[in-house]
Parts: sequence; structure tokens; C-alpha cells
Amino acid sequence: MKLKPNIATSENGFIFNPATGDSFMANVMASEIVNHLKKEKSIPEIRLLLLEKYDVEQQQLDRDLDDLLQQLKEANLLD
Amino acid sequence: MNSPKKITIAVTGLNATDSPGPGVAVIRALREGFDHIRIIGLSYEALEPGLYLHDLVDKTYQIPYPSAGANTLLERITYIHQQEELGVLIPNFDAELYNFIRISSELLKLGIATFLPTHRQLEDRDKLNLDEFGRKHDLKVPESLVIHKEAGLKKAAEQLDYPIVVKGRYYDAYIAQNEHEASKAFQRLNAKWGLPVIIQKFIKGTEINIAALGDGKGGTISIVPMRKLTITDKGKAWAGITLEDESLLQLARHFSEVTHWRGGFELEVMKDPGGDLYIMEVNPRFPAWIYLTAAAGQNQPAALAKMAMGEEVAPFDTYAVGKMFIRYAWDHVTDVSEFQQISAFGEL
Repeated sequence: MKLKPNIATSENGFIFNPATGDSFMANVMASEIVNHLKKEKSIPEIRLLLLEKYDVEQQQLDRDLDDLLQQLKEANLLD
Repeated sequence: MNSPKKITIAVTGLNATDSPGPGVAVIRALREGFDHIRIIGLSYEALEPGLYLHDLVDKTYQIPYPSAGANTLLERITYIHQQEELGVLIPNFDAELYNFIRISSELLKLGIATFLPTHRQLEDRDKLNLDEFGRKHDLKVPESLVIHKEAGLKKAAEQLDYPIVVKGRYYDAYIAQNEHEASKAFQRLNAKWGLPVIIQKFIKGTEINIAALGDGKGGTISIVPMRKLTITDKGKAWAGITLEDESLLQLARHFSEVTHWRGGFELEVMKDPGGDLYIMEVNPRFPAWIYLTAAAGQNQPAALAKMAMGEEVAPFDTYAVGKMFIRYAWDHVTDVSEFQQISAFGEL
């Protein structure tokens, strides 16, 4: 699962799809995950990075991650 | 060292209202594209806002309505030319194009250059002919039927299935979900614009507009696609953003190739969820948001003026993606003497 290559992101969580003109404002956590995707990190890699960095149950993280990926897919931001 | 010669360009469409003509945006782009320029506004009514914007328009002359005919128009333009030595003329209204195309060779003899499509090109992309136009040139257009009587509505709706789009001969469109709504829309459009009325299949999707400039030989000098971000109740863009989408550029290139379009044009496109691009309408001139093309790095009005004067203009290959425009309303204050001047003498 990859972020479309032309998607623009900024450090403050702004996401812009130049093909559709859609823009989104991501919260801090979502923004961090999107930036990992932009650096072409795989989902297992991202999961590992987040588990190391944050005090979170793996099940909770998996649920939140799946939820975000679903939203990104619906927003037409993933390949 | 000689200073470069000043060029004088006449522009119509100064009605920068809530359903704006493109003139003011065209002038703004021209002023950025040329260092030495004089702009002559051509207006139909005394209250077109553009003619009071003296930073943009140096002088304005009223011209006769298209219904007065091509000869009357030529007489008036000849008079204006005697006063102003026009170099280029850029018409910006659909309704006036027929006459301007008709007198374009006479204008050229006077020394006034234009860069316009042919009558045939104008006719082919007309709303009434769009269905056939699409079939002929392998362009996707929504299936549509032209009806001359309300009785034809039912049969058309059966063929296209609800919801349908009921469109006026020249302007306005309503989405109808059922027979009652379709009948109401038909009557409204008939009363306002007359017959025939166009019944079009409803296409669900994202509305995108493409401003482009054809060289008249099948090539496209500039293409800038834009998505409307805010739409007025008249369906006009009040904010928009430039897009990066190769399929939109290809569509405009294909349009120029098959039509050999000469001049500015706007494709109103619907992109359906499957990514198919349907041409909803072809406007035979620049749109009111044309300044965005200059802001994005492809100054289409300036390029058109140069081509009209016989200059070779290389096709643009890049533009800024994510460039936005946000239109605003501004109360321009003037004195009644100006209104009196244009009303009484037809010049300001």
C-alpha cells in the first residue's frame, strides 16, 4: 500500500492531491504515518516504528492504522 | 535606443459581475504580458464594471449589440480604429463571436488582428450539435437529445433515464429527478431562452474546467486545468485550483488536433468515478477565470495576442499546480459624470 507519488504533504499535516484538487488536514498521528508512507516505508515497518516510539497496545495500533489507511484509500490518496 | 512600440488591444466582456464576462481577467493578463500596452474596452452597457477600472482600461467605447448585425459592428470598430489605431481585438462573448468572425478579414485589412475560430468550428461545438460532435471526433459527451415540444420530454426521459439534465438553448440547466421536475424545467427554459431545449444524460462526477489555446493547425499552445472549489448559485467558479492530470491535458490536445481550433477555448468536463472524461460543453473563448493561467505560468491572453500579430509562440510545457484563485466583490466608487459620459457619448 503506497501513497500516490504526486501527493503533497507538509509538516503541519496538510495533504494536497494535485490530480483532484482535494486537500485534507491530518492530525499529528495521521500526519506522521502519511509522512512515513511518503518515504515509501511499508505498513509493517511503520507499525514497528510506532510501537517503538509510543506506549500503545498492538491491537489498538492495528485498529487505528487500518482505520486511517481506509480513510486514505477513500480519499483517493493511495495507489 | 528606441523604446518598444506600444500595442493597442481592444477587449470586450467588461461585465465583471456575479456571472462575469472574461474581459477584465483577459486585460489583467495582457497587462502582465506586455510592457507597453494600451487597452481599449468595448462595452455593450453603461454599467459594465470594467469600463470604470481606469488602472486596467485606458478608454472604453460602446459597441452595438450583436443583433444590430456585422455591418453596424464593422462601422463602429472602424470609427474606434480611427481614434485609437487598434492592433489586436479580442472578443470574449459567445453571442458576439459570429459577427466578429464575419468581419475579421475586413478588420485585418484595416490593420486589426484577431485570432478566432471559423464559423464552422463555432457551429460544430454548439450545444445542439455536441452529441454529433462527440461521435465524429471520438470524444465522450453525455448522450443528449434535442426536443422542440414538451411532448418530446417523456420519450427523451425514457431513453436517457432519470435523473436527466434539462438545458436551455443558450444558457441555464436544471437537474430533473422526475417527470414533474423535467416539465417545470422545460417550461422555465422555454420561457427564458426559447426552443429547442436539450435533454442530457446526467453524469455523476467531479466538475473540471480546462482553459486552452489552439494554434489553428491542430496544435495546442497552452492547457491549464482547474477544479472549481466554490461555485455560485449560477454555477460560476468563485474559487478554483489548478490540477495536475495528464488525462485532462490529453483531452484538450485531442480536441485541438481534431478541430484545428484557432483561439482560446474552455472545456467543461465531468470526470466520472471510473475516470472517464465527459465534455459537457465547449466554450469558444477564454473563461472568466483566465487570469489563473497567467498566474500559473501560461499567460494565454498574451500568447493569443502575440499569435494574432503573427508571432510564433512555442507551446508552454509547465504550469504551477495548486495555484488558486479566490474571487471577491469590491465596491468601486466613481462619479456620476463618468456614467453620464459613457451613457451620453458612448465613450469613456
